[in-house]
Amino acid sequence: MSEKLINTIAEMQEEEALALAKELLASGTPPSTILDDCRSAMEIVGKRFEEGQYFIAELILAGEMVKAISTEVKPHLKISQATQKGSKVVVGTVKGDIHDIGKDIVVFMLDVNGFEVYDLGIDVPPQTFVDKIKEVKPVVVGLSGFLTLSFESMKETVAAIKAAGQRDSVKIMVGGGTVDERVCEYAEADAFGIDAMTAVSLAKGWTK
Amino acid sequence: MANKVIPDEKKTAEQLYAERVKRVEDATALNMPDRVPSFICQEGFPARYAGITYEEAFYDQDKWFAANEKTMVDFAPDMYFALMAGVSAPGKSWERLGYLQHKWPGHGIGPDTAFQFVEGEYMKAEEYDHFLDDPTDFLIRVYLPRTNTELAGLGMLPPLKGLIMGASGFSPLLLAPPVASAFAALNDIAPIQAKWSAGEAEFYKKMTKLGFPVLFYSLSLAPFDMITDFLRGLRGIMLDMYRCPDKLKAAQDKLLPFMTAMAIGRAESTGNPRVFIPLHRGADGFMSLPQFEEFYWPWLKQLMLNIIDAGLIPMPFYEGRYDQRLEYLRELPKGKVLSWFDRTDLFKAKDIIGDVTCIAGGMPASLLHTGTVEEVRQVTKQAIEVIGKGGGYIMTSSTSFNDGKPELVKAWIDATKEFGVY
Repeated sequence: MSEKLINTIAEMQEEEALALAKELLASGTPPSTILDDCRSAMEIVGKRFEEGQYFIAELILAGEMVKAISTEVKPHLKISQATQKGSKVVVGTVKGDIHDIGKDIVVFMLDVNGFEVYDLGIDVPPQTFVDKIKEVKPVVVGLSGFLTLSFESMKETVAAIKAAGQRDSVKIMVGGGTVDERVCEYAEADAFGIDAMTAVSLAKGWTK
Repeated sequence: MANKVIPDEKKTAEQLYAERVKRVEDATALNMPDRVPSFICQEGFPARYAGITYEEAFYDQDKWFAANEKTMVDFAPDMYFALMAGVSAPGKSWERLGYLQHKWPGHGIGPDTAFQFVEGEYMKAEEYDHFLDDPTDFLIRVYLPRTNTELAGLGMLPPLKGLIMGASGFSPLLLAPPVASAFAALNDIAPIQAKWSAGEAEFYKKMTKLGFPVLFYSLSLAPFDMITDFLRGLRGIMLDMYRCPDKLKAAQDKLLPFMTAMAIGRAESTGNPRVFIPLHRGADGFMSLPQFEEFYWPWLKQLMLNIIDAGLIPMPFYEGRYDQRLEYLRELPKGKVLSWFDRTDLFKAKDIIGDVTCIAGGMPASLLHTGTVEEVRQVTKQAIEVIGKGGGYIMTSSTSFNDGKPELVKAWIDATKEFGVY
């Protein structure tokens, strides 16, 4: 674990964080350790957000840093053998919500575990999910949300998938910020995941 | 006092017009009018009320104006909102341009869905330098081609600084088909826009004759919002605060005189002193107080001071919540600003800033959708008693009430007249 990497990310020192991550990688630090540090830093960022110290800019910048570090680290990671490569997952932050940190971590974790991830980005309208599902025929759909307004958007999205006749062809997982089991039930999704690890194990379970 | 008041029905339109203007002006100056004034942000409500579609507001001006007239006559607030682009605009003109920054009813969204602004990164971070060097050149050669499919050809023009050598060297470029087609598009929309504007002018004239003053004609934006709304998008500008803070500030410096001129020009040419400034990204939750102080407030404050210096009244709309940043409003001169609030706690705001600025708001738009007549009357009464105490208050809704129930809107405006007498 690199306390310094965690701190530079948490303190929004973008250039330092990226340089340090490269340095760590070059000096033989296991990629998984670097990613763990990213997650630890994200926890701090999330906590500061909750405490009203950090706002949208910090969430976005932290997401950017983790994205950049992930790109560096990814080629050095061994792809897990457990999952058949190529199972498709469509992921996005639902309509009205612009938060992407949680989603980005989920995308990353799915990606390094061998899934073919289609990231629709943030503030994704239900129809965009439907269109993508029809296009790529994924096994799993992940709906991310941070704000409470995402509850309604998740419900709308699941309903739109159902209305498009695609509900039976996909498993839908929800997660992020204020989302919990109750929201999963309200939105009529299949499962709720508390973190990116759960997202991976859910997806693996559905693609066996 | 109430029993001496002559009922509105017995006054001429001219009298009513003068009284309505005075009422709003008195409240703005922190004086006590004869009664609490009201304005409505009707947006799409007239379409619903008169039974036309939102789409018709973009394609059939006569129907749209008739719907607005009916709304004003039937509900009789003191003032009403200007018909802003976005709520209604010449759809044919936007079609011709291939305008991408709006989805409007029937175009990208359903015929009865309210318009949506399409935020995007229309200026990339690395283009700040171009913008700062020559904003107009950037807007004509990069921004317009990006935001209007049919103006793509403008991107082929050489740097406009070349015009210093005269227009003749430039002119052969107009023969290039993409450039010619961009100019053709602009030529095509000219009469559409002119006709639309003339129609609006007629509408306002008619409303004046009927005794209804419009709240404002002039509109401006906080420089930060101008950049995030039209150029960089939320994500872009949030990263800019960390990655290129100096350029973000320099761009605001560059825009401030333009935003000021935009505000003052229209207000002076129409004689209506109020300048509407809808605020977007400076609210609680969008940025920290240090960020607000460093990136947002200085330029917004200066814009408002410039407007006040010109003898006009800035009318900021504090969308979202401003509970954490009300104190800043004390930095503006007393009785010169009409501050409209959305979800800020106005009972507290009255204590904190009620002595320096007129406060507008008080009716949650959601209540006009979901409430009962009794609830609406109750909320109106309470708002008038607390926020209206001693004057300096204008009743309006927290935001536009597109889907408000007519009987609730009626109850609300009537209750304001009933309980609002000082």
